[in-house]
Amino acid sequence: MSSPAHTNVSPADASFEPPAAPAARPVIPLRHPGRWVATAAVLVVLAQVVHGLVTNPFYQWDRFAYWFWQPVVLDGLLITLHVTAVSAVLALVGGTALALARSSRNPVLRAVSWAYTWLFRSTPLIVLLLFLYNFSALYQTLSLGVPFGPAFVTFGVTALASETVIGILGLTLHESAYAAEIVRAGILSVDQGQHEAAAALGIPRHRRFRRIVLPQALRSIVPNYVNLLIGLVKSTSLVFYVSLLDLFGTVQSLGSTYPGDIVPLLLVATAWYVILTSAVSVVQHYVERRFARGAVRTPPPTPLQRLRGGFADLRARVAVRR
Amino acid sequence: MSADRRARPAAVEVRGAVKAFGAHTVLDGIDLTVEPGTVTVIVGPSGSGKSTLLRAINHLEKLDQGCVSVNGELIGVREQGDRLKELPERAILAQRRRIGFVFQNFNLFPHLTAVENVAEAPVATGAATRTEALERARSLLAAVGLADKEGAYPRHLSGGQQQRVAIARALAQHPEVILFDEPTSALDPELVGEVLSVIKDLAGTGTTLIIVTHEIAFAREVADEVVFLDGGRIVERGAPSQVLDRPRHTRTREFLSKVL
Repeated sequence: MSSPAHTNVSPADASFEPPAAPAARPVIPLRHPGRWVATAAVLVVLAQVVHGLVTNPFYQWDRFAYWFWQPVVLDGLLITLHVTAVSAVLALVGGTALALARSSRNPVLRAVSWAYTWLFRSTPLIVLLLFLYNFSALYQTLSLGVPFGPAFVTFGVTALASETVIGILGLTLHESAYAAEIVRAGILSVDQGQHEAAAALGIPRHRRFRRIVLPQALRSIVPNYVNLLIGLVKSTSLVFYVSLLDLFGTVQSLGSTYPGDIVPLLLVATAWYVILTSAVSVVQHYVERRFARGAVRTPPPTPLQRLRGGFADLRARVAVRR
Repeated sequence: MSADRRARPAAVEVRGAVKAFGAHTVLDGIDLTVEPGTVTVIVGPSGSGKSTLLRAINHLEKLDQGCVSVNGELIGVREQGDRLKELPERAILAQRRRIGFVFQNFNLFPHLTAVENVAEAPVATGAATRTEALERARSLLAAVGLADKEGAYPRHLSGGQQQRVAIARALAQHPEVILFDEPTSALDPELVGEVLSVIKDLAGTGTTLIIVTHEIAFAREVADEVVFLDGGRIVERGAPSQVLDRPRHTRTREFLSKVL
């Protein structure tokens, strides 16, 4: 406030008249010509890419259209969906259990949880899958019973381990390790005061977790878990190596039968994976909105609201210019 | 009258409370008796152990030595021979329901509306059905002057309003004692008054209040007894007119000269 030039002005006689305000006139926003140039340049490049995609005969779009709806491809897609959905749910359950074990007061549970995450995050998924694929050679039977004592139930491993089971098991074991860290980070993100307030109110421990901690933790768990889920959708393509014909596996084997159609077949797989991950992102948006309750003053707009808002904004700008 | 009083146990009794964090002794042998229905204000410099003492009363903090009882019942521990044994968590939670706690930072549940915040504990503990709890929560919010804010999330409320919801939440379980841990320290100056006036309304309703605060004028107005704490010990205690206006100890005088 007191810059050297004004040191002789004491705050007491600061009651000077401000310069008369100009009459109310609309403010014209600054123009951004650079933005228009950049937009034009990007649009030209984009048009060239699209043109290349459409006109290059190498892509064989007619074959793409043919393969896209082929029942054999859709069967593969179903397997991908099935494996993804089941392992996503199981990994979340496993991850939550691991995260709770990791934050428990029992040192053995903490150590086991830590070791699990350490081991399965260090193992490449493909190695894990191939290992499980050969599991039946290592252990012919699995038994439930007292360790070193009598067994109550015995299973033949070969009978249990279909390709689907191996695929789901491998993905679940792998993803659980990552999910555990995501859930743990979510739980840690909840303020300690929340635990204390719930404890001071005498709310039982399980209800405290379910009703107070988890809903707040989910705000950070959801985006991270969806990220994991999108990775999982594509990781399922590795189940091809345990002889499970998922989307990628189907396309791969069709490619060896119809070598001329390899490129359109890969495009079909790409398109389906993009559709799947996009669907996951849309669901994510609405789930995040749900868990943002109370955390932000106004919930984020839905895509439709955003589109309408964008148009309204554009119209307003044009109106000002006129 | 005096015989009647002796038959009735103290609302809160702290005996020989000692608590250390590592090498730092926070509570260094505190003895405190609070009569039912009275208002006790605890003042003292930061780090003097005020909050720790308050948190020990509802067993958010475990004492190393000594014990706390509320209306004659030991909190968090039980006597076994001449030793004290920690109670299982369920028993401690049941005891905490009889002791309201109001935090400096409110600690409202941000994902629940005001009325849900107040109704949560009675529903969680099975003390009331959801309908009953919501009904009582609405009347408690009305009592703290927030009848029109029942559907608001904490984010949409001012600090003073949030703290009033927190007080309603503490009242929802009909506590015998309410502990206030610097209830106005996180508030903008112009919002302090609305929270203090709600607390003032509670004084004299029969609920025992123990308040840690730096609001000396408020202490003078509502307190039956003022306790001055320094270095984990009670330096002096008595009526506000005595402790706040004619302190006997130099340390009390030094402290009051800084905060007044």
